Amino acid sequence: MAHVLLRHRDIPDLNKLSVYKKNGGFDAFKKAVTKMQPNEVTNIVKDSGLRGRGGAGFPTGMKWSFIDNNSWPHYVVANADESEPGTFKDREIMESNPFQFLEGLALASYAVGANVAYIYLRGEFWQVAAFLDEKIAEMEEAGYLGENLFGKDYSLKIFTHLGAGAYICGEETALLESLEGKRGQPRVRPPFPPSVGLYGKPTIINNVETFTNVPMILANGADWYKKMGTADSAGVKIFSLSGRVRKPGNYELPFGTTFRQLIYEHGMGIQDGRSIKAIMPAGASSSLIVVDDKVLDTPMDYATVRTLGGDLGSASVIVLDDTVNIDWVINKTIHFFKHESCGKCTTCREGNHWMRNLTDRIHHGKGSKDDVTLLLNVAKQMQGKCLCALGEFSTMAVVTGIERFPDDFKKATKA
Amino acid sequence: MSLEKKYAKEVKQILAKYPPEHKRSAVMPLLYLAQREEGYVNKESMKDIAKILDITETEVASIVGFYSLYHDEKAGKYRMQVCTDLPCALRGADEFLDKLCGNLGIKVGETTEDGLVTVEAVMCLAACDRAPMFQTQGPDGIKYHEYMTLDRTMELIEALKGGKE
Repeated sequence: MAHVLLRHRDIPDLNKLSVYKKNGGFDAFKKAVTKMQPNEVTNIVKDSGLRGRGGAGFPTGMKWSFIDNNSWPHYVVANADESEPGTFKDREIMESNPFQFLEGLALASYAVGANVAYIYLRGEFWQVAAFLDEKIAEMEEAGYLGENLFGKDYSLKIFTHLGAGAYICGEETALLESLEGKRGQPRVRPPFPPSVGLYGKPTIINNVETFTNVPMILANGADWYKKMGTADSAGVKIFSLSGRVRKPGNYELPFGTTFRQLIYEHGMGIQDGRSIKAIMPAGASSSLIVVDDKVLDTPMDYATVRTLGGDLGSASVIVLDDTVNIDWVINKTIHFFKHESCGKCTTCREGNHWMRNLTDRIHHGKGSKDDVTLLLNVAKQMQGKCLCALGEFSTMAVVTGIERFPDDFKKATKA
Repeated sequence: MSLEKKYAKEVKQILAKYPPEHKRSAVMPLLYLAQREEGYVNKESMKDIAKILDITETEVASIVGFYSLYHDEKAGKYRMQVCTDLPCALRGADEFLDKLCGNLGIKVGETTEDGLVTVEAVMCLAACDRAPMFQTQGPDGIKYHEYMTLDRTMELIEALKGGKE
């Protein structure tokens, strides 16, 4: 099947404006601005069933319809912070199919009446930001950005903004704080960004992949999109496959594809022919899922993965084989979250500090059975008490690791 | 020379991205500018940025402290930042880092004697399928180096000595 998002894999040089235009590029944006009302765009996106691809899976069109029309100006922000260990899809889109992403961002801006859009990229994407700046300049030159587009009363400017190395800035309100020139610490919600966002104004924030779907939905219709995927999760998704597989990488597949198909058909199976032990379907924030045949044959969509005791999140599937010790895995994830905790809420700041101390002790063979119990206890006490999802995420691998792989912790504390 | 005089054109371009009443947004790009030459942000530049944006020096310093890619201390000309997070570690990143440090005769966080390279272990860089990998942060910005081996890394370091990346 032809790609919807990773179209550059079918069409060479798609990151050149002339090639993108030749393949229907900007037809949807031109049609929207010249022939459609903004809310018609939102309604098509709503009908398509598109859900946010950043991890939360919130219905995109519904989010757009929440924009507060009593407060102006409006902003649209693309979340290109991509920092979840195991996620590397947005970078491929921006490097290889940048115009489809930018057109989606333009369509969203038109739909909610925003005349300025920002792309917030993680600081490490320095080269990607410079590349996007070139593409934005080409769009301005060609009349797809600027004043009075297509002779109509609509203007749009897009700017890139580089972060500087902080996972928390992928959380949308922390991202806004950072974009406002402050430390990236989450805000208390509500109010949500569609009411009070950037500079206190109504703001729509979506992930890069989410925006990249929009031009294709506008071009082919909501029904075309809904026919792909499952009833719960419409359309296609980019699965970032990493860990102990033979062929890691990005795979664009319809929702409903099974773990087995992803890992064994596309990822060519486990390295050295070993057996698979666990899957983390949402990167380092994941629960650890014990793998058996039933799990491997589970169709991947938001609702079904939840029945396995995990979340699909941004679909960054990390595969662990039978040589991997789970006490080592959670040592890695806790070090990550300890480093990335923004320090605003006590639960996450202190909780991660103590979890780090405990997991270091256990992983280095100096821990006792009681340390494992205490670690589990700290993680469980953190749950439901953090200001944002980061704190919650930091506990997922810990709790499921200890509960679902008790033997690994017995081994680690035997000495 | 003040930042505003030295990089007049760049400062103007950066400020133009944000509404004038919200110029504080420019703090992050201005810090990258301030860091360009020496690889860290000195006190004078923090003062300059505070003045340009009408905020306090403490506020500027708090941004430098919060984000990993800003530095307030001098290091090697290039910071070689190796990702050792879970997905990269599953593909040999820890062993790669050990070997690299052994070869250079330094520990993680230290700088080679010639002042060229500081090796650091960092969090996920979104290139999990191309590990072992690292980024170099230097005078020309940030660059990714993927599918790396020890040999290729030593070749890169030789090239950096000659001023080429």
